Amino acid sequence: MEDLFVLVLRTFDAMLRVATPLIFCAMAGLFSERSGIVDIGLEGKMLAGAFAAGAIAAVTGNAWAALLVAVMVSMSLALVHGFASITHRGDQVISGVAINLSVAGLTVVLGNAWFRQGGQTPTLGAEARFMPITLPGVETIGAIPIFGTIYAESISGHSLLVYLALAAVPLTAWVVYKTRFGLRLRAVGENPAAVDTAGISVTWLRYRAVMICGALCGFAGTFLAIGQNASFVRDMSAGQGYIALAALIFGKWRPWTAFGACLIFGLLDAVAIRLQGVELPFIGEVPVQLIQALPYILTVVLLAGFIGRAVAPKAIGVPYVKER
Amino acid sequence: MTNTQGVFAKTAILGAAAAMALGLGAASAQDYSPAVVFDMGGKFDKSFNQGVYDGVERFKEETGVSYREFEVTNETQREQAVRRMAQRGADPVLGVGFAQADAIGKVAAEFPETRFSLIDGVVDAPNVQSIVFKEHEGSFLVGMLAAMKSETGKVGFVGGMDIPLIRKFACGFEQGAKYVNAGTEVIQNMTGSTPAAWNNPGRGGELAKAQFDRGVDVVYAAAGGTGVGVYQAAKDNGKFAIGVDSNQNYLQPGTMLTSMLKRVDVAAYNVFNDAQAGSWEPGFKVLGLAENGVGWALDEHNEDLITPEMKAAADRARDDIINGTITVHDYMSDNSCTY
Repeated sequence: MEDLFVLVLRTFDAMLRVATPLIFCAMAGLFSERSGIVDIGLEGKMLAGAFAAGAIAAVTGNAWAALLVAVMVSMSLALVHGFASITHRGDQVISGVAINLSVAGLTVVLGNAWFRQGGQTPTLGAEARFMPITLPGVETIGAIPIFGTIYAESISGHSLLVYLALAAVPLTAWVVYKTRFGLRLRAVGENPAAVDTAGISVTWLRYRAVMICGALCGFAGTFLAIGQNASFVRDMSAGQGYIALAALIFGKWRPWTAFGACLIFGLLDAVAIRLQGVELPFIGEVPVQLIQALPYILTVVLLAGFIGRAVAPKAIGVPYVKER
Repeated sequence: MTNTQGVFAKTAILGAAAAMALGLGAASAQDYSPAVVFDMGGKFDKSFNQGVYDGVERFKEETGVSYREFEVTNETQREQAVRRMAQRGADPVLGVGFAQADAIGKVAAEFPETRFSLIDGVVDAPNVQSIVFKEHEGSFLVGMLAAMKSETGKVGFVGGMDIPLIRKFACGFEQGAKYVNAGTEVIQNMTGSTPAAWNNPGRGGELAKAQFDRGVDVVYAAAGGTGVGVYQAAKDNGKFAIGVDSNQNYLQPGTMLTSMLKRVDVAAYNVFNDAQAGSWEPGFKVLGLAENGVGWALDEHNEDLITPEMKAAADRARDDIINGTITVHDYMSDNSCTY
């Protein structure tokens, strides 16, 4: 029984790790989409961030420098997206896809040119990564039954970036719902004309939103390259940016519900990994293929049956043209 | 998503065209122009493809003959890549990986004058040489080492794509581990069921951690680039890992217990060398322990981890397998792991 409890907690532990890039990206997408800018480029920005983090960490050996550069690279891509879709009123989906594709190619080409390892960056030592940190008091609190075990097994022992992801959720909720900037952000996604009438620049507001989005994607990429793994590997984002976008829609463009959706995806993935090759009572061993399809099957079921209608911000995807 | 992949494919094909144009320029000066088509995972996967790369690079260094190469990054490219090589007059064309069997088979029929070699797959044609390995024999030995090293009596296996070939590794490993101690528990996981599973270190690491949670303390990865994540997870958690195909001991010294060697480098080198010397022959080549086609790695990175008793036991088993006292079951012979 004790063992089973620990096993469940370790599954939650894995859930947090797997969900971290999703959480960062979902919060990133939330800022952008709430301001009315569709962002399908989460994937590309995260991948670019991962590459930047892996490369800088390999060269400087400093995880913080890597994080900083990753955030800057990802933000500059966000600005490209903003320039195309806000300033030039281009199609936001096309701009996002363009970013995804160019990053997928560029990271490999640059990686190959700089490090000559086929698009990978060199494997990093512990000092150049965000390693798991043990939270204070694990020894004393860990001794308490149940709560202590939860604290020691699931909550403690993650990379700093995991805790930052968890902190990003209340922070996002606070910014979006409790600050003046948040109010305007939501308004500009629903009715930019009204915001404009109030004398607030729609363009500047949307630029700030995509920049925040870029920064958060940079965190996600950093986690992939130097938190979860120890180097950048080509295409290492593996579609997680799209999953995060799905989680955002799943969560109806709200921080806490999107966070919940990310955790569900993370949990399904963690369970899928652990169910492999395990003999289940009455069923026997479940084929790998079915286990791997499980998260997606459940997503369809949940989307179809339980979530209800997700209403997007009204002005999403529509470039704002100031009337003369 | 499909849309994105379509565009990816186009980008990759453009890249392929460029790569081949370059290859042509380099090779036109000489008559003998061998070619190699790497498979997904890429020539720097630190494992299977890289073994081939090392072999052909050695050939290039020794003879000064350059070769054409192509890295398949998408399933639809295999046949095109192989056909392109043949069209441009490359001979021999070396295909890497089981997945290229169909492509080689088709193209070999179209170019009966060109010599094709295929590593890890079997094509029955008069101008094709099929090279396969007895991975189960090598895996048996590292399975023994794993079981002898394990303190918990539980060892793990992380495979790449779920295919019979990888099950063959797993089956040999399991049999070796149980040969040492019948009570050894072997936990097996596959990364995925698509070729993307060869290049997903994040998932490999998660699979390894899940196995560690269940008590595993030695994990064997036969998963191409995904293995890098498995070894990293083993290092981060203070467990032991076993590499595959190439000697991967240097990747994480102190963590890598050993590597199951599959001498694809020698095989690739021999293909190019034999074809140049004129001693290349079509048909099947099966390389096992007796032919030194498989084995396990012992070098300065892991000599402290392997005790003399472990080495002696593995060497004894090696001799027994060669002289037939021990029969290691080949999963692919009947698609089941019974022994």
